[in-house]
Amino acid sequence: MDLHLVHLYPDLLNLYGDRGNLVALRERAQRRGISVRVTQVRLIDPLPPDADLFLLGGGEDRQQVLVAQALHRWGEALRSAVARGAVVLAVCGGYQLLGHLYRAADGRELAGLGLLDVVTEHPGHGARRLVGNVVATCTLPEVGSLVGFENHGGRTRLGAQARPLARVRVGYGNNGEDGTEGAWAGTVFGTYLHGPVLPKNPRFADFLLALALRPRYGPVSLEPLDDRWEQAAHVAAAARAGVRLG
Amino acid sequence: MSLRLTGAVAAGKAVAHASRLLRLGGGTVLPGRVARWVFPPVLERLAASLEQVVVVSGTNGKTTTARLLARMLESGGIPAVHNRAGANLQAGLVASLLLASDVRGRPRCRAGVFEVDEATLPTVADALRPGVVVLTNLFRDQLDRYAELERVAEGWGWALGRLPSTLVCYNADDPQVADVAQAARRRLAFGIEDSSAGRTTLEEAADVRHCYRCGVAYRYEVVFLSHAGHYACPSCEWGRPTPEVRAERVRIQGTSGFEAELAWGAERLALRSRLPGLYNVYNVLAAAAAARCLGLSGDVVRQATESVAPAFGRGERLAWGGVSLQILLVKNPAGFNEVLRLVVPEKPRALLVAIHDRTADGRDVSWLWDVEFEQLCGLDAHITLSGIRAEEVALRLKYAGWPEDKTTVEKDLVRALRRARESTPPGEVLFCLPTYTAMLELRRILARAGAVAPFWED
Repeated sequence: MDLHLVHLYPDLLNLYGDRGNLVALRERAQRRGISVRVTQVRLIDPLPPDADLFLLGGGEDRQQVLVAQALHRWGEALRSAVARGAVVLAVCGGYQLLGHLYRAADGRELAGLGLLDVVTEHPGHGARRLVGNVVATCTLPEVGSLVGFENHGGRTRLGAQARPLARVRVGYGNNGEDGTEGAWAGTVFGTYLHGPVLPKNPRFADFLLALALRPRYGPVSLEPLDDRWEQAAHVAAAARAGVRLG
Repeated sequence: MSLRLTGAVAAGKAVAHASRLLRLGGGTVLPGRVARWVFPPVLERLAASLEQVVVVSGTNGKTTTARLLARMLESGGIPAVHNRAGANLQAGLVASLLLASDVRGRPRCRAGVFEVDEATLPTVADALRPGVVVLTNLFRDQLDRYAELERVAEGWGWALGRLPSTLVCYNADDPQVADVAQAARRRLAFGIEDSSAGRTTLEEAADVRHCYRCGVAYRYEVVFLSHAGHYACPSCEWGRPTPEVRAERVRIQGTSGFEAELAWGAERLALRSRLPGLYNVYNVLAAAAAARCLGLSGDVVRQATESVAPAFGRGERLAWGGVSLQILLVKNPAGFNEVLRLVVPEKPRALLVAIHDRTADGRDVSWLWDVEFEQLCGLDAHITLSGIRAEEVALRLKYAGWPEDKTTVEKDLVRALRRARESTPPGEVLFCLPTYTAMLELRRILARAGAVAPFWED
């Protein structure tokens, strides 16, 4: 088996450790004998037509504007990739851009791609940022608990077509009010657990890998790996949020 | 003379005294908190008695740059009040000032050199009224506190706008710093000219900087560290300002120091420093630029530079239980990558990495994934991992391809230090790479063992 991973705009959206997600997917696939190709897509590049999984990270407002422009240029390509079953994982700023709209702190509006039925509004620089450790329960039963760190000003609200990725146990999640964290629809996933969410959530990483392989190889069952340190980091992150996980 | 000022000073001094009697610590912050509680404008009132105030701010290099500058002033016959223990928020500034003042709140020195936290700069600029502001760099660091670099840069721009007669010494090689410095009316740029000291590519996609004027990615001719280098925008006219104070003929000598030639107009100054790494070339350059603005001679700059040993935890060496140790603070990806770049060529046999996630370290450890631990692969070394987030580093090392049998995880720092010492072959150096609060803890442990002086006596 082979897998084509695409990191979208790492030169603009890699605010904090986003490449950890790429490393985790690559390593976990390679350890199972799956050969992996990685393409870094820059602002001026077209999207590779045969990608299995796209990663989109987080950035500062200025970078987000640049990426929004690029996404609109290549939006059709991304949409048709998703239509044939390609997986998208978008984190923080990237997540916001996959929704219908992002209203920035200064009131400017950025139209998103609408791949997720969500809308994000930044209440302004005076408003409290939602920052801290997060422990959540994923709505995908295969995944279980999710741990990570969030740091965002924007408040995201889900429409009827998007399901929450998780329910927050500790932390703010999408907006600090409704207890939801992230969103998903079909093969598109967005989360505020920024940066390296996949290394210490190996079950989520494996879920995405299997989903990305599915269009070309059908249902695959990934053999278990030695996840001692993944599990230890998962438990340690939860402990910092005051949650004791088995 | 204000009664409340003397009251605040007396209260602060009493707290500092008690704190030392009770061995609670250095008393570098609490006296300031108490004094501010007694008399909120205490910082402004104490600073007003100083004839010359220099402020150093930026992500990396504040402590060392301020220390160099204070030494230069001292050598030039101008002893300065200085928050040398690195307490760089408002309370720390107040504490350093009141401890250097008499009971009536008059500082015993004419000048002050203060390192100021980059997010705190806008809130103290009015009170300190600095004659010179030194801006070192802006790297991604502790985003849980600072939110975004651009917010920090905006704060700087606002502060500089309120200081029209202040001379701003800034790093021309850092595009964001150079951009924000243009808000200052009086400015002076410093930078490294010697391209052979750098590399031709950015190490991390995340370090790419886009023109602050037109949004196009800068083209780099040479990169010194992270995103600092010789850059120009391929689309608009903007690019690296030509620095007035330059480092030329830079020769890095591993973890033991560097030699460089400092150039200012037609003047040239050969320097030798015991501070390791390219990041310390920037620190010396920044301090020298400010010193020249203050009218200090080249001789003074050279002598002071040569006399300065690494600040606590910033490359200091010490002996403990038959092993030599070198402590190199790691705070953010840019700094950590530079430390690895220094340490790896020394072919270390033993390392201790201690990562805490307390407020002063940054509660978010995501940044570990931007550190190029891959540089370590191939070393014949044992790595002991410690600190509150030791497991996250263990995972990072695993994904960097570092063999698990060459790793020990021991969260307790006392036990980790012992394990790391045991893993150090005779005659080899144990390199300790702690985050800020882990560094303080490490030094406390070593101080109890008699290996280092407590940091406030440093």
